[in-house]
Amino acid sequence: MTEMHIFAIVLLPLFAALIGGVFGKQIGHKGVMTLTCSAVTVSAVLSFITFVQVAMMDAHTISGTLYTWMKTANLSVDFGVYVDKLTATMLLVVTSVSMCVHFYSIGYMSHDPHRARFFSYLSLFTFTMLVLVTAPNLLQMFVGWEGVGLASYLLIGFWFKKESANAASMKAFIVNRVADACMLVGLFTIVGVFGTLNYADIFAAAPAVSGNSFNLLGLEMPVLNWIALLLFLGAMGKSAQFGFHTWLPDAMEGPTPVSALIHAATMVTAGVFLVCRMSPLFEMAEGILPFVAIVGAVTALFAATIGLVQTDIKRVIAYSTCSQLGYMFFACGVGAYHAAMFHLTTHAFFKALLFLGAGSVIHAMHDEQDMMRMGALKKVIPITYGLMWIGSLALAGIPPFAGFFSKDLVLEAAFMSGGTLGPVIYAVGTFAALITAFYCFRVIYLSFHGKAHDAKALKAAHESPFVMLAPMFLLAIGAVVGGYLLKDMAHLHWWHGAIVGFDVHATHIPALVKFTPLVFAVTGILLATLVYLKKKHWAKSAAKNTGPLYRLFKNKWYIDELYNALVVQPTKSLAQILWKQGDVNGIDAVGPNGAASISKLSASLLSKLQTGYIYHYAFVILVGVVGLITFWTL
Amino acid sequence: MDYPILSFLTFLPIFGALLVMLVKDGDEETENRNARMLALWISGITFLLSLVMLSNFDSAVGMQFIEDHPWMSNFGIRYTMGVDGISVLFVLLTTLLTPICVLVSWESITKNVRAFMACFLVLEGAIIGVFCSLDFVLFYIFWEAMLVPMFLIIGIWGGENRVYASLKFFLYTFVGSVLMLIGMMYLYFANGGSFDILTMQTLNLSDTSQYWLFLAFFAAFAVKVPMWPFHTWLPDAHVQAPTAGSVILAGVLLKMGAYGFLRFSLPMFPEAVDLFRPAMYALSAIAIVYGALVAFAQTDIKKMIAYSSVSHMGFVTLGIFAATPESIQGALMQMLNHGIVSAALFMLIGVIYDRMHTREMDRFGGLVNSMPVYAAVFMVFTMASVALPGTNSFVGEFLILAGSYPVAQGATVIAASGVVLGAVYMLWLYRRMVFGEMGSDEIKNQKDMTERERLMFVPLIVLVFYLGLMPNRTLDILEAPAHKLSQVTTLEPVASLTLGPPLYTDTHSDHKGVDAHGGH
Repeated sequence: MTEMHIFAIVLLPLFAALIGGVFGKQIGHKGVMTLTCSAVTVSAVLSFITFVQVAMMDAHTISGTLYTWMKTANLSVDFGVYVDKLTATMLLVVTSVSMCVHFYSIGYMSHDPHRARFFSYLSLFTFTMLVLVTAPNLLQMFVGWEGVGLASYLLIGFWFKKESANAASMKAFIVNRVADACMLVGLFTIVGVFGTLNYADIFAAAPAVSGNSFNLLGLEMPVLNWIALLLFLGAMGKSAQFGFHTWLPDAMEGPTPVSALIHAATMVTAGVFLVCRMSPLFEMAEGILPFVAIVGAVTALFAATIGLVQTDIKRVIAYSTCSQLGYMFFACGVGAYHAAMFHLTTHAFFKALLFLGAGSVIHAMHDEQDMMRMGALKKVIPITYGLMWIGSLALAGIPPFAGFFSKDLVLEAAFMSGGTLGPVIYAVGTFAALITAFYCFRVIYLSFHGKAHDAKALKAAHESPFVMLAPMFLLAIGAVVGGYLLKDMAHLHWWHGAIVGFDVHATHIPALVKFTPLVFAVTGILLATLVYLKKKHWAKSAAKNTGPLYRLFKNKWYIDELYNALVVQPTKSLAQILWKQGDVNGIDAVGPNGAASISKLSASLLSKLQTGYIYHYAFVILVGVVGLITFWTL
Repeated sequence: MDYPILSFLTFLPIFGALLVMLVKDGDEETENRNARMLALWISGITFLLSLVMLSNFDSAVGMQFIEDHPWMSNFGIRYTMGVDGISVLFVLLTTLLTPICVLVSWESITKNVRAFMACFLVLEGAIIGVFCSLDFVLFYIFWEAMLVPMFLIIGIWGGENRVYASLKFFLYTFVGSVLMLIGMMYLYFANGGSFDILTMQTLNLSDTSQYWLFLAFFAAFAVKVPMWPFHTWLPDAHVQAPTAGSVILAGVLLKMGAYGFLRFSLPMFPEAVDLFRPAMYALSAIAIVYGALVAFAQTDIKKMIAYSSVSHMGFVTLGIFAATPESIQGALMQMLNHGIVSAALFMLIGVIYDRMHTREMDRFGGLVNSMPVYAAVFMVFTMASVALPGTNSFVGEFLILAGSYPVAQGATVIAASGVVLGAVYMLWLYRRMVFGEMGSDEIKNQKDMTERERLMFVPLIVLVFYLGLMPNRTLDILEAPAHKLSQVTTLEPVASLTLGPPLYTDTHSDHKGVDAHGGH
């Protein structure tokens, strides 16, 4: 594998997207689908080979420059590729999930008249995501970063006739932009401090500046803390962490394959990837790491509590994604970046599987997403049912499924990192694991078991076609054996310097710490079984008895309402005030219109001077001339 | 070059305008068609000629293609022309946008076509003259001459309230120009009886006179940019102007103020620039946020884009007054970018206005259903307007902000919030106009863009991506003058004012240097 192959991996989907987007009418739906699917497949095969060479065989790193993008006197930024184990892992995840989703979409979108556009967008997304992960510098990374934002915006709003979809796509773009603005300030700081945006150069120079402090808007901190904080704020946006999470559930307005690819497996993990990529710098930003850990832990628990009570099948999985990203971030926060990456990888497979499974359910139920209106589907769509079980077991962290390996590692790392924070986070994460297992199986029991709520819909339901099931099988393989096959990722030295940090396996982990999460997860499953299969009235009475708490979860902790009241409405009013009071009644009244009324007034005064008598004028002229002559001669 | 290419560029359109006025035979229809074709040919040839100039331009040399002839020798007035990296690309922008404006007006202008086309060509010549003049009197003549055709374009071919708008436009800019005239007379005497702009840049004026001169020139340039709070003429002018008028106004005329700052204020009054810097940062930051917020409050789409110009030009003035090499380079780049993107946005509004004769946002909705190509083109320029990386605006904004950050931290951070606000109003506009169900039968029956309409967007789309992905040729042209200007005005050699490692080597002393210039 050379850099030419990597360029091919990145550029093939772009090529397909451009052809599909511009000549979609000429080559037709079939042509666009063939083109995009083959391009992504080739990318996936090449990525797989790259992963085997770079990651499994400890070959080397691959790097190359395409051309110099921006060159000024003090700054030079290239477009190029840099592939080490971290990037190779991301390449594998992105292209394989993307390939699965492309093929799945052939079936899922088969009735949509605009599917040529859909496939072009999917390939565009794949391209921008690949730009993001292969970047050798932060600015190219930012190109991909905003590019995936655009693709996500286009895909969430794909059904542009739906008002809710349009609102959701806009919200996603803008919330992300808030985070991106923070990140931009971080990039400016990096440019100012290091004079470069290349990863390698930054890491090389970082130790020399680690003692320096920096004042941003009056707040003084070590400069690396500032940089890490600003980059992390950017990552929080993309990865939907607490405070920035509001866009992700709404993003479910997009077609389900999009949710699987973008809002589960790849784009939302870009924040985690960034923190891992910057791990040499984050390791030196000791003041920020606890913040990262706390944000991650809070999100892990908070999102799980909301996932517990949602009835829209996609929203449950969306909140679950949010929660699992929290796990990854608290792993980063305790220094176990490699654990985060391991969990990112396994999570990509089983969460994409869950989403595609949910899509299969929705497809079977003719676009019904409310679990309360489903039920008894297991006989009708047995293959989907089985695949959902696999995905759920993996998510719940039951051995030997993939999630067990990585989630365990994340929790162990939290405990072993020590201090007071580590065990607390471990406890939070373990408790959230119980909730996770509970809501996973709540989904399964509500939609597949019990009585049918709509017999007619059940009768019309059908198992998904092969083109949808095959990609799910592929992902299921990942969800079953992925954790075991990739278990070397749990060791820091496997990463070969692409990630630095705290090696959990270098410590002795007590057995109690190791097995408690598993016990909690099993308890969660059993509880769900009890509540949703045996004692069905428990769910209702639990909701009734915990009234305020239930309402809090159900209403998503009122965060959207809070933002609306604190940010959205005030901004709207401010805009109106600035316009009406600032421009119309302020500047214009005082400035031009004021001047106009003054000149009107003086004109009317002056016109009184115009008496029409010639000798008046002659007199004035005479006075003027005398005055001028006097002035000149003086 | 062995022929006076700059004079050709300036006077070809002006004589062309005469030709357009002279050719009148046949019925009205033939006459109009001839006028359009003639204007297109003349502006097209001018554009090709400007490409010849660009291909001969050497970014290693400063001022070039110089023409210098005595003119009114008694008063020390000469006919001096030349371009450097600051001006050359704006000549090109002008020659590119003029034929596009002719195409824009092809069907939408139906009365007095000959006069309209003549006005446009005179305007083109005057604008090119402004960018090429190196003698202050010559500059001032073109500067004022530019106002007349623009005043006529708004006042004759404008909307219902055109007289108010054109007068407001004229008075605002005229008051500024008068103050500049006074400053020009002072400089003439200080320069030993010469109007040579280049020697004026080498004068060592006393601090006090610099302050007064800076303010006099500021009046002229701030109105043109326009900087907050001198911007209120702009929305009115845009709303009332015909589409082509808005295109040239947003595309080129708004660059005059920034050009003036770079050609006059920075090199001639460095002490004053240093004194007024914090105020300039503040005005720029206010313009960015205020312009974006007020844009969001608009329901008239043309007004919205007009206010967005106020916001975007705030980035430019921030970059100019931060005066680091990168920030000036970025500001020049952003001037070009804004010329391309806002011109295209006004053209897009024109396309739909020609069809539906309204600018009210509520009347639209679901345009993508009947006009998919229009929707796609609109998306490209929406993304360019919000400075998505890969488009031209990102390069400009990034360089401005990265360059300004070390010297004007507060203003830069506020400016970065403009990145969010810009997305808010642009996406809102796009959502209301293009997405959604079709609002009315009127929309259902709209035809997508015609060949002519598609053609006029092609060069602009190409430029969006060319400048966004391969900006180096352009940055190279801008680098030398940007570097020179940053040298003139960086008066205090504080280490942390420039980019490059290592900045914050000291734990406690350097950030104070940053603070002192923090902008607020």
